Amino acid sequence: MAAAPETAGTGKGFIGWIDQRFPLTKLWNDHVAEYYAPKNFNFWYFFGALSLLVLANQLVTGIFLTMSYKPSAAEAFASIEYIMRDVEWGWLIRYMHTTGASAFFIVVYLHMFRALLYGSHRKPRELVWIFGCLIFLLLMAEAFMGYVLPWGNMSYWGAQVIVSLFSSLPIVGSTLVEWIRGDYNIADPTLNRFFALHVAALPLALVFLVVAHIMALHEVGSNNPDGIDIKKYKDAEGHPLDGVPFHPYYTVKDLMGTAGFLIIFAAVIFFAPNFFGLFLESPNFEPANPLQTPPDITPVWYFTPFYAMLRAIPSAFGTQVWGVMVMGAAVFVLFFVPWLDRSPVRSIRYKGPIYKVMLALFSVAFVCLAVCGMKPPSGIYPILARICTAVYFAFFLLMPWYTKFDRVKPVPERVTGHV
Amino acid sequence: MFKASVLITFGLLCAGTALAEEGEIPLLEAGTDIRNIESLQRGARNFMNDCSGCHSLKYLRYNRLGTDLKIPDADLANNLIFDGAKPFEEMTFGMPPDSADWFGKQPPDLTLMARERGVNYLYSYLHGFYADKTRPWGVNNLYLPGTAMPHVLYYRQGLQKPAYKNEKDPRGNAKMVLAGVEPMIPGSMKPEEYDQYVRDIVNFLDYAAEPIKAKRESMGIFVVLFLLVFFVFSYLLKKEYWKDVH
Repeated sequence: MAAAPETAGTGKGFIGWIDQRFPLTKLWNDHVAEYYAPKNFNFWYFFGALSLLVLANQLVTGIFLTMSYKPSAAEAFASIEYIMRDVEWGWLIRYMHTTGASAFFIVVYLHMFRALLYGSHRKPRELVWIFGCLIFLLLMAEAFMGYVLPWGNMSYWGAQVIVSLFSSLPIVGSTLVEWIRGDYNIADPTLNRFFALHVAALPLALVFLVVAHIMALHEVGSNNPDGIDIKKYKDAEGHPLDGVPFHPYYTVKDLMGTAGFLIIFAAVIFFAPNFFGLFLESPNFEPANPLQTPPDITPVWYFTPFYAMLRAIPSAFGTQVWGVMVMGAAVFVLFFVPWLDRSPVRSIRYKGPIYKVMLALFSVAFVCLAVCGMKPPSGIYPILARICTAVYFAFFLLMPWYTKFDRVKPVPERVTGHV
Repeated sequence: MFKASVLITFGLLCAGTALAEEGEIPLLEAGTDIRNIESLQRGARNFMNDCSGCHSLKYLRYNRLGTDLKIPDADLANNLIFDGAKPFEEMTFGMPPDSADWFGKQPPDLTLMARERGVNYLYSYLHGFYADKTRPWGVNNLYLPGTAMPHVLYYRQGLQKPAYKNEKDPRGNAKMVLAGVEPMIPGSMKPEEYDQYVRDIVNFLDYAAEPIKAKRESMGIFVVLFLLVFFVFSYLLKKEYWKDVH
């Protein structure tokens, strides 16, 4: 009998039996026990693990919701109330899911902001970033379709507005919209297919991309707040001097982060599940009514920055496609950030004043856009939205120049401090 | 830098909010308390007496109401179920769809109205009827102009008349603007009695919109307390593990 290959486990007992047939110990070591992460992670580094936690929450609560939800225009709204009232703990499962949707965007936005702070997208982590951008894109599709499922009036009109955006595309527009809806209007077939995409296709793709995101990250190693390579200095065993094994160091630290996150998460679920009309919008407590629009049609808060950009662009040459293109470009431009950033350093700690000012302006613009998207387009909001859209794109499109000429500080050889 | 950004953002948001809230008649404060079982019981009674002729509560079951509001089965069957329904059935009374021909609109189901419009709105709405001869039912509403609903509680509240104030439009012309209501014909209730009567209905509707609300909030205190303790231990655990890392 030929000797087992080197990679197959040589351990004894039950785990040994498995290791000879499946790389269980190897996977555990590669990704957890012997994955060396920089020891100087700060607060911003909680949000990756928290995104994973929220994803798991969405998957599990989603499965239970699917058991009682009816994906039909006639029954959907009532089935949600059935879950809220008659299903044992249904209200908790549903609030975990609705609050989880908003929490997902909060942690993902902060996770992405972390990358902009410390240059986590820079070489060799471009693919980590690109997988991340794809996850963000899919997450938006997933959230949009999930929002339609309760079949409230805001669900209905939100779907109406967003789907009809495709009609602004030249030539194929109206045919495309009909194909997406499966009807001449947002109707039962639309709801049914959005359900299929929301519970099967998109979660599957999301999980696949998350695995790719993490595998790519573990291949190149994590960045850190100093934006320097920890693999340069290693001990006798070849482990980075500035690294600590993910388990147990970051498992216990992330456990603490999880506890902190859950305090806020639970507080929202139990005391303010509507979250002042931001997480669950009041017009959505009225069933879908194709004959009556809500007073203001606004998307959920996490889409409002992009919605504000859409509305900020006036129609020209008899078409509104420009706003749609700008909105698309706002997401598309993210994919290019690793190549737009020409700074010799990764981390904001060693970048110059221009980047700091630009990032601050960008953050202010993003929050202002979110507010503009929630308000009716009158008063100061349209002009504010236009200015902020300009700032948003200036941050990315001028990046090759301002990062190149910006003053930088010398980068340390070893990481500085840890919490 | 970060602080400056937060301040700028906050400033812009405040400016925006101030701009948006001009020119609306502010809502009255409902002052409801979902934990006040007696108020909820009175509200259920008031609702069945004065509202259920037209408005259904089609997502709420009679026996759920009975359990949550501590109404004995016999009382539920004798005093609250008027349509011969079984206790486990939903409260699907109300007007048929063709009532839209009589009112201009079918009276809406009210199960979720408190979540859709808020308790302050409902409380204000039931205080907002005033005499208006141009309307089919002789009344209009301060908070829902052109409302299709008659002033059902007229005999309790009495009738109010509109109060106007003088304002100038942007061109400087004087104009009359509806500013509020004032009493005209007294009803069977004193104003405080009517306030409480309406408050009980609104409180009951708040309950009907989310029967688990009171329980959810009291449960939440224990969940958050547990998590706070858990956070302390997870912090100590983290500190213990990390004490060797320099």
